[in-house]
Amino acid sequence: MCGPQIKISEANYLKIKEICASFNNNPGELINILHKTQDHFGYLPEEVQQVVADCLGIPVGKVYGVVSFYSFFTMKPKGKYAISVCLGTACYVKGAEKVLDALKKELNISEGGVTEDGKFSLDVLRCVGACGLAPVMTINGKTYGRLVPEHVKEILAEYAD
Amino acid sequence: MHILVCGGTGCTANASREVIDALNRELESHDLTDFAKVVVTGCFGFCERGPIVKIIPDNTFYTQVKPSDAKEIIEEHIIKGRKVHRLLYVAPDTNESISDSKHMEFYKKQLRIALRNCGFIDPENIDEAIARDGYAALGKCLTEMTPEEVIAEIKKSGLRGRGGAGFPTGVKWEIASKSRVGEQKYVVCNADEGDPGAFMDRSLLEGDPHSILEAMAICGYCIGASKGLIYIRAEYPLAIHRLQVAIKQAEEYGLLGKNILGTGFDFEIELRYGAGAFVCGEETALIHSMEGKRGEPTFKPPFPAQSGYLGKPTNVNNVETYANIPVIINKGADWFASIGTEKSKGTKVFALAGKINNVGLIEVPMGITLREIIYEIGGGIKGGKKFKAVQTGGPSGGCLTEKHLDTPIDYDSLVAAGSMMGSGGMIVMDEDDCMVAIAKFYLGFTVDESCGKCTPCRVGNKRLLEILTKITDGKGTMQDLEDLKNLSAVIKDTALCGLGQTSPNPVLSTINNFWDEYVEHVTEKKCRAGQCKALKKYVIDPDKCKGCTACARACPVGAITGVVKNPHVINQLDCIKCGTCIEKCKFGAISLN
Repeated sequence: MCGPQIKISEANYLKIKEICASFNNNPGELINILHKTQDHFGYLPEEVQQVVADCLGIPVGKVYGVVSFYSFFTMKPKGKYAISVCLGTACYVKGAEKVLDALKKELNISEGGVTEDGKFSLDVLRCVGACGLAPVMTINGKTYGRLVPEHVKEILAEYAD
Repeated sequence: MHILVCGGTGCTANASREVIDALNRELESHDLTDFAKVVVTGCFGFCERGPIVKIIPDNTFYTQVKPSDAKEIIEEHIIKGRKVHRLLYVAPDTNESISDSKHMEFYKKQLRIALRNCGFIDPENIDEAIARDGYAALGKCLTEMTPEEVIAEIKKSGLRGRGGAGFPTGVKWEIASKSRVGEQKYVVCNADEGDPGAFMDRSLLEGDPHSILEAMAICGYCIGASKGLIYIRAEYPLAIHRLQVAIKQAEEYGLLGKNILGTGFDFEIELRYGAGAFVCGEETALIHSMEGKRGEPTFKPPFPAQSGYLGKPTNVNNVETYANIPVIINKGADWFASIGTEKSKGTKVFALAGKINNVGLIEVPMGITLREIIYEIGGGIKGGKKFKAVQTGGPSGGCLTEKHLDTPIDYDSLVAAGSMMGSGGMIVMDEDDCMVAIAKFYLGFTVDESCGKCTPCRVGNKRLLEILTKITDGKGTMQDLEDLKNLSAVIKDTALCGLGQTSPNPVLSTINNFWDEYVEHVTEKKCRAGQCKALKKYVIDPDKCKGCTACARACPVGAITGVVKNPHVINQLDCIKCGTCIEKCKFGAISLN
């Protein structure tokens, strides 16, 4: 396993224990537990998975197996502003790839990457469900529609702080 | 009066929340809150022109409403009874503004059964659902019908699974009801809509959650289950929220929980969250995921009806399938069976998107033709371009072409045409779309989403993608085309689950329908849609070129040669297709072929 080496604090350790206990430490609830844990930490680093495994009494490999299987779970922290470009079919045929390329160029990162200052992360997802606005991207849940590559600079400028 | 505002995902993304706030502010400032009420509804379907606002009782349908329009709507329409004409939909063919949505081409050919309540009720208010016959079917089943009678009714209706494969729902229920009688059983709703470009289930759950809860309870009554589980994508926060609200309200009203309607029947529903894995739409994978494991499929048999969630008999149906159940019970199987074709009854919801004028959510009777959907409901191809293909069934489906335009759409005709119904994504493509690139797009998706358990899917699809990439890079050979066909056949025959068995469909159907285009890519290194970057050629028109040398100086690889004041040429072997020259040319002499 890789991922940034964070040492886990007592408070965080207790938080994970509390989450697991709220699901009766039931291994059948592993996915729900991981959802809650990721909500809290923003991502699921190795140490966190270890604590979850201990609480549920299952091997950490089993937890890692689930974390790595589902695209919603991440072992890397996201940027302060998480950008997701929709690459569903409707967005694809309307030129979402060009928007993605413009973002990559502008931010100088690739898919799944985070800018050096930790401000932006860039991911792709499969259908926001706003196909009427294709192509679409979201930044921290806010949707931007009918995009063309020229919009990218303008939109990113909204997040200059 | 009621002012209905769409709170679906598409309209919300287009600032419908702000429209709602603005309307409420205007109502308050005019002291009209007792007279008119703003209701946030589910999706109206006409996402292209969102946000949508509809005024009841006169059925005025306003499109593309902005927060700044709220004042005029309240002052003109609500107070003075005069329609705001500039916000009405204008029919593109006649240029007439249409006030009542039922006269719009987009709605004329639609028949809304599954979506009957979407856009009519406030999904977070159970009373509105009940006012439109919500839970009446459950009451009828529990008090007037035996489980066998309900199953017989569903069988007679001819309803088939709306998730893709089209298995008869009544038969599925019957098998589950006869399996291990007396044991704990489970009713599962598959709301793991992973098909890129499809948003039917999400719109249904957001617009009418109670219908789904009601149908699951009916299913529980039929098969002898007291527990229901909805497996929903964690990426659908609004749908999750509305389901949570709906479950709570139904429990408070005694329509879920213990001793429902005093009949002694118990049924409770819980939510389970997916975590972004397309393969979890497959029922055995979905069940493993609900158990907290990796969502890997297993061999059938045993079918979930024999051994499903926690090893117990389980019935899995898709959201849209459930949405049809209450109507069938209320209006009767004969009524339902009178709609559609001989072997596909009722309606189908499609998410119509892509290069079409009216993007949106539509529900049409089975047997309608593609031509009616694309040119009447969809309003034709965007920008007057030429229709090329429509993709149905997502990564498991295929492309239908001009020759299929007049084929009546049902489960069997789509399969015969090399595609499938799928969950209902319908993506329209025009002459600017390259069919090889589309096949590559879907294979890219499948390779990403393959769970890796079986070799044909894990390795085979990767090889398919590599061959397709080779072709779009201009390095393909005729042997590659043969390999694509052979490998596809092997994967179809040998993959473990539905994902792998159908993953070559986009390749096969584009090969069958657009063979010429594949051959062109290979033999002439040409992409007629101009999509494949590696096959693009920048050329200088000698008649327009003034010989200014701007392009030659800008070219980073020195691929442009020529003498000052004489036409220049691009050496295709050196060109890296960066496009710098086209930007520099002031005379429009450089073009892309």
